[in-house]
Amino acid sequence: MDLNTATLSTPISSSMPYPRSRRRTTHPLTERIVEALLFLAAFSAVATTVAIVVILLYEALSFFEHVSLLEFLTHTQWTPLFERAEFGVLPLLAGTFVIAGIAILVSVPLGLLVAIYLSEFAPHAVRESVKPFLELLEGVPTIVYGYFALLFVTPLLQKIIPDLPGFNMLSPGIVIGVMITPYVASVSEDAMRAVPMALREASYAMGATRFQTATRVVLPAATSGVVASFILGMSRAVGETMVVAIAAGQQPNFTFDPREPAATITAYIVQVAMGDLPHGSIGYQSIFAVGLVLVLITLFFNVIGQWVRRRWRETY
Amino acid sequence: MAQTALDEQRKTASSEGGKSALLQLRQGIVRRRRWDLFFAAVGFVATMVGVVTLVVLFIDLILDGYEHVLRKEFYFNFPSRRPSEAGIYSSWVGTALVMLVTFVAAAPLGVAAAVYLEEYAPKNWLTELIEINVTNLAAVPSIVYGLLALGLFVYILNFGQSILTAGLTLALMILPVIIVATRESLRSIPVHIREAAFACGATRWQVVKDHLLPYASGGILTGVIIGMARAIGETAPVITIGALTFIAFLPPIPFQNGAGAFEWLFSPFTVLPIQMFNWLSRPQPAFHDLAAGVGIVIIVATLLMNGFAIWLRYRIRQKLTW
Repeated sequence: MDLNTATLSTPISSSMPYPRSRRRTTHPLTERIVEALLFLAAFSAVATTVAIVVILLYEALSFFEHVSLLEFLTHTQWTPLFERAEFGVLPLLAGTFVIAGIAILVSVPLGLLVAIYLSEFAPHAVRESVKPFLELLEGVPTIVYGYFALLFVTPLLQKIIPDLPGFNMLSPGIVIGVMITPYVASVSEDAMRAVPMALREASYAMGATRFQTATRVVLPAATSGVVASFILGMSRAVGETMVVAIAAGQQPNFTFDPREPAATITAYIVQVAMGDLPHGSIGYQSIFAVGLVLVLITLFFNVIGQWVRRRWRETY
Repeated sequence: MAQTALDEQRKTASSEGGKSALLQLRQGIVRRRRWDLFFAAVGFVATMVGVVTLVVLFIDLILDGYEHVLRKEFYFNFPSRRPSEAGIYSSWVGTALVMLVTFVAAAPLGVAAAVYLEEYAPKNWLTELIEINVTNLAAVPSIVYGLLALGLFVYILNFGQSILTAGLTLALMILPVIIVATRESLRSIPVHIREAAFACGATRWQVVKDHLLPYASGGILTGVIIGMARAIGETAPVITIGALTFIAFLPPIPFQNGAGAFEWLFSPFTVLPIQMFNWLSRPQPAFHDLAAGVGIVIIVATLLMNGFAIWLRYRIRQKLTW
């Protein structure tokens, strides 16, 4: 009797219902080969990361043999393809962050409103019919958004700001903001729906309205996930390429004025890749150098985002 | 302290000020209710911004590009300097071939990786490392995959700026999507299915191939379709590997005119998004309309694929009874 309950209560993990050691000794060779192949497939993820790091570092190091790190980080001109080449990454960084900043200014309030509405207010039917739409919006290719920014949003903005040039940072910023809103909203909403029902019920029992419950009970409890969604959204905006390459012009321009045209890191890579640069030239190496900067920036945001998510998660 | 406050309240309630206090309370409730309704309306409007954007985007594209989409020659002409004769023959063929390579490379690799992580992987640092890498790869900007491919596939492995390079690049990019979707659908299969199979003496691989993969096939298919839909519209990595923008020929057909079975893999190519980018970059409005035409083709393809995947997922969820 005692023995029986003991075997029954032995925890069986879902992925490992069978002791591993026993299997090893009894199973035929094909099992081992299959397992090795599957492992190799899974390991390809690590190999890809290593390959990205190695390639970027290798080419970037050759780049920094010609250009000092100090010049790269402090000069305010980026003209690698000119006769008198200048390699200051600041104009590209300024363009990248101005556009990503506009995108965040658009997507944070919008995404938050959508998340609160879908998680706390929307009737079941509305939520079920709107969510597929938002997923579709996330699936629209970025090049189409680029078309939209250049030929729809910019002319629209020119009616409000008459002297807005055809290429500017405002329009792609807004479009990227709308583009990443579904992502921000869905990460925030996941965090808010993870807040236990009992908290909401307690709040309602005290006579709070839905709005009060949402803003004073659910939102504070879901803060970590909501903030993480903003940071992860920022990371996406920084890495966005086509909208910027199409609608912001491709001239590196050290300015923080969103009405002016500028190039971002990604737009510069596209611009160089469209031309035919010889392998091993300084221009060729420069896209890997700025690519490395881009990876470091997005990695930074992702790590911070994941950390915030974990660090301030309320557990119930 | 609280007691005195309560006394205070009682006093005002019993005095002639009581009526006005009650009135104030009621007004407060009404005000908060109104605020609640107002916010529900604002939230609904914010949510609709996305939907409206999608609709406006689509209408804008259709108005600009419908003439080209309806022309038959649009699909069977090569790009041209004259907008009225230009078409997307080389780019849609290119997209189809690149997608073929992507599918062949990404689907087996992604499913295999997911099966390993979900069914085989022991809990150790190596598994942890793989998991972290899969998560991080999903967050790497797509253009970085282009840089990887430019350094690795184009120059080190010497595949050139070919269909093979583009297909493999996009395959690497969508791998995390397929892995995550496959893992989720494997995880949703209850343990007792596995236990029953093990109890009958099946080996782990037999359990996977005869039981788990068939059950998970719907979820896996959804993940693969969503991944492919993302790859089809992806421009940045393909531009970065140096795909040409003006291609007025098709890749060699296998076994014709002396071409080998796999020569098309190494052929120069262009894809739909690059064709669109090329036309969009020109100053003449006539080319912008052509770009809109390509945009419609791309968006219809991705929406159909995504829509199918979403539909499939809802269907699976409804049918799911263990």
